[in-house]
Amino acid sequence: MHKDTIAQMRQNLKSGAYSSVELCETFLQRIESSNPALNAFISVMGESAMDQARAADKRLASGDNAALLGVPIAHKDIFCTEGVRTSCGSRMLENFAPPYNATVVSKLDAAGVVCLGKTNMDEFAMGSSNENSYFGPVANPWNTAHVPGGSSGGSAAAVAARLVPGCTGTDTGGSIRQPAAFCGITGIKPTYGRVSRYGMIAFASSLDQAGPMATSAEDCALMLDAMAGFDERDSTSIDEPVDDYSVGLDKPLDGLKIGLPKQYFTQDLAAPIAASLQAAIAEYEKLGVTFVDIELKNQHLAVPAYYVVAPAECSSNLSRFDGVRYGYRCEDPVDLEDLYKRSRGEGFGREVKRRILIGTYALSAGYYDAYYIKAQKIRNLISQDFTDAFKEVDMILGPTTPTPAFSLGEKTSDPVAMYLNDIYTIPANLAGLPGISLPCGTIDGLPVGLQLVGNYFSEQRLLNAAHRFQQATDWHRQVPADFA
Amino acid sequence: MAVDAKIVAQVAHLARVEIDDASVAGFATEMTNVLDLAGQMDEVDTSQVEPMAHPLHAVQRLRPDVVTESDQREAFQSQAPAVDGGYYLVPQVIE
Repeated sequence: MHKDTIAQMRQNLKSGAYSSVELCETFLQRIESSNPALNAFISVMGESAMDQARAADKRLASGDNAALLGVPIAHKDIFCTEGVRTSCGSRMLENFAPPYNATVVSKLDAAGVVCLGKTNMDEFAMGSSNENSYFGPVANPWNTAHVPGGSSGGSAAAVAARLVPGCTGTDTGGSIRQPAAFCGITGIKPTYGRVSRYGMIAFASSLDQAGPMATSAEDCALMLDAMAGFDERDSTSIDEPVDDYSVGLDKPLDGLKIGLPKQYFTQDLAAPIAASLQAAIAEYEKLGVTFVDIELKNQHLAVPAYYVVAPAECSSNLSRFDGVRYGYRCEDPVDLEDLYKRSRGEGFGREVKRRILIGTYALSAGYYDAYYIKAQKIRNLISQDFTDAFKEVDMILGPTTPTPAFSLGEKTSDPVAMYLNDIYTIPANLAGLPGISLPCGTIDGLPVGLQLVGNYFSEQRLLNAAHRFQQATDWHRQVPADFA
Repeated sequence: MAVDAKIVAQVAHLARVEIDDASVAGFATEMTNVLDLAGQMDEVDTSQVEPMAHPLHAVQRLRPDVVTESDQREAFQSQAPAVDGGYYLVPQVIE
C-alpha cells in the first residue's frame, strides 16, 4: 500500500480496495517507526489526520469525486496551517500557530487530502542541506550519514522513505529540485506566480514559489492541479488560465527539441553525473527527442547575483519578526531596542542571521547600486539568455546538482561551498521559469537528478516530458532499502 | 570588500539583531567571502542593462478600494507574546 503512487491510491480508494483510514494508519505507523532515524517531520498530526480520513471515507462512499479525496500528504512547515504549529524550522516560530491557512493548504484541503503532518526544513528555507533547522538535521533515507538536501529536506526524505506519498515544498534557489535530486524523487518548481504565496512564510519574495514533491511526475501533476491558480491575496499571483496538468502526460515526445547548455556540460561536471545524464539523453532520443547545443553565457553569474538578491529580500521580509506581534520574545527586555535585538538574536539561527546581515549591508546607503541594482541587472541578462534559448528549443536539460548528496557536516563550515550546490537550480528562480527534477541514476547508492527547465507556463510540457521518461525507466520506483 | 568587526556591529545594529562577541569575527569572514562572491558580477558591464523588477515584467495589480478583510484582532493577538486590553505590550518607550 505504501509504495502505491497517488494515482494508484485515487483508484484504490474509489474502488474500495482500501479505505483512507487504512491508508493513513499505514503511513502514520511508518512515520512513527522511521521518523526517529530521519527527523523528516517536525509535527505529526495523527489525530486530526484520522478524523479527516474517516470523513474522506464517508464522502468516498457517497460517490464524492474530489480529486485527491482521502489521499495522505504532508506540508512543508513553511505553509501556515490554522491552529497548527508552523515553525518554519525556526526557534522564532517554535510556538506559532497561525490564525489562518495558506492558500496552498486551503486548495489541497478542498481537493480532499488528509494532512499527516508538517515536514522539517532549513530555517526560513535558507539552506541546501537541512542542517540549518532549529529542530535538527534530516537524514537522507538512501544513506543516513548524508544530507537530504534543502531547504525542503524533510519533504524529500519523507517521500523517498515512503512515509507519505506527496508533500508540498517551496523553491527560492532550488529548494524543491535539489532535495528531490538528492533523495531520488520528483519535484517541480512552477513558473513564478503560478502557485499562490499567500500564507507561505516569505524568504525572498521575487524568487519564492511553491510546488509539489512526489515519487513521480504523474503524482506531481495531480498535486499541482490542486495547488495552481490565481489568488487575489498574493499580489504577484499571475492571472493566467491554468493547464490541466494530469491530462496530456502521455503525449508522445516526437519532435520535442531539448537544449543542452554548453556551460553545463563541461569538464567540471563530475563524470558519473555526466554519464547518468548521457544515458538519460539516449533514452530521450529513443522517445523521439532531438538535442541541440545551446549557450547560456551568463549562468556563472547566477550564484553571485542570487546571494545578493535573496539576502536583501530576506533582510526586508524578516524584519517583521520583532518580538512584539508574534513569535519568540526574549526574557526581561530593558527597553524596546533590547527587545528587538535580543528577540531576533536569540530567535534566529546562524545562517539566517548571516543572510540578514549581508542583505542589510547590500541595501544600506552607498552600497545599494553596487550590489542590489547590479544583481537585478545581472538577473535581466540571465533571463535574456533563456529567452534567446527558447527561440530555438522547447526546454533545457542539465544536472540538478553538481554532486549527489554530500555527508552531514561536510559543508557547514564554508557557506560559499554550500551555496555553490545550487549553481544549476538558481538560474530558473532568477528568471522566474519552471523547472523539474527527476531521478535518472545512482552513484554509490545515492540518487542523481536530471533537471528540465521550460519556458513560462510550460509546466504541462515539463511534466509530460518527465512522465514519458518515467514510463521508459524505473529510477523513480526505486525505494531506499532500509525503508522498502 | 573586506568586512571587519566594526562593519558587522554597524550592520547588526541596523538590522536590530544581537550578535554575541564570540561570533563577530566569524560573521566578518563569512560576509567578506559572500561579498567577494557577489563581486564576480563586476566582470560584466551592465551600464546599458535595465534592472529586472519582476520575472514576468508584471506591474503591481490594483484592486477596488473597498474593505475586504474583517476585524480579527483577537485571533491575531492570540499569537502575541504580551497583550493587554487589545494592545500589544512593549517595554516603556516614553519616560
